[in-house]
Amino acid sequence: MFRPFHASGLALVAVAGLAAQPAFAESPNEILASIQKEAADTPGLQEFSAARGESFFKTKHGNEWSCSSCHTENPAAPGKHAKTGKVIHPMAPSANAERFTDPKKVAKWFKRNCNDVLDRVCTPQEKGDVLAYLLTVQN
Amino acid sequence: MTMHNQKILHIAAVALLVMGAAMSAAQADDDREEGYSGKHGVKYGGENRGKPVQPAQTNAKFQQECSTCHIAYAPGLLPAESWRKVMTGLDKHFASDASLDAQENREITGFLVTNASNRWSAPTAPLRITESAWFKRKHDSHEINPAVWKNPKVKSPANCAACHPRADQGNFNENEIKVPR
Repeated sequence: MFRPFHASGLALVAVAGLAAQPAFAESPNEILASIQKEAADTPGLQEFSAARGESFFKTKHGNEWSCSSCHTENPAAPGKHAKTGKVIHPMAPSANAERFTDPKKVAKWFKRNCNDVLDRVCTPQEKGDVLAYLLTVQN
Repeated sequence: MTMHNQKILHIAAVALLVMGAAMSAAQADDDREEGYSGKHGVKYGGENRGKPVQPAQTNAKFQQECSTCHIAYAPGLLPAESWRKVMTGLDKHFASDASLDAQENREITGFLVTNASNRWSAPTAPLRITESAWFKRKHDSHEINPAVWKNPKVKSPANCAACHPRADQGNFNENEIKVPR
């Protein structure tokens, strides 16, 4: 009589645990670690810097837009697409738990946005700096 | 029932019938205006959007990917060839990089092409919905005061939802238009 009860109790706890866990593939720190790995072979690589990331984020790089043109100067606040006006949820993980949890999505948007802002892909150094910055932004 | 009461009922029934007929005529107006113009050939020089514009069975990838930066424009707004062109040029999508991986691109292209306009008989394939003859006719200066386009709440003719609140569902019903002030 005792054993079946014990087993179903365990199952319940397990199900409750699963339900409480958000279904994120990775954490922002894991994503940062994989950018670090990607950067490892870059000559002259410097430790990721939030300050450098912030300046990169807020500066134009020869094109019409900077990152902050759409994401605003405050990555903890919602942004707005510079052309269509569509609302963009905050970029800082402190304000939006979904950010930097899906490696495929991160790669897709770095490719797109770096092309729009710089006409090229971003270096691992640039990506690491920006993520380091976004991780320091408090909501 | 007295004769008097019967007469009132009779009048009420006729009134209801007349109201019903008037309402369905108003609803049909949208169809008549935008559909084929009977025996005299196609409307808008054959550059006519399809209807219904948002298919009953939508596609999750299309919804997700195409509504990130703008509303997911209903596939019936353009002919199949336009969608093929849009989907092969996503790396420079109206000056932005909107590229997808090959599998996503295939799936969404298939959905758009299958549900493209079924009334487009012209050999044209514009990239912009706003370049089509039906769009221009429906939004010319007789229909819409040019000042509306300058309202910052409207911003651009691509911003359908500024005046068509359910544009994201492919609903452009004339009775639901709300032009912002």
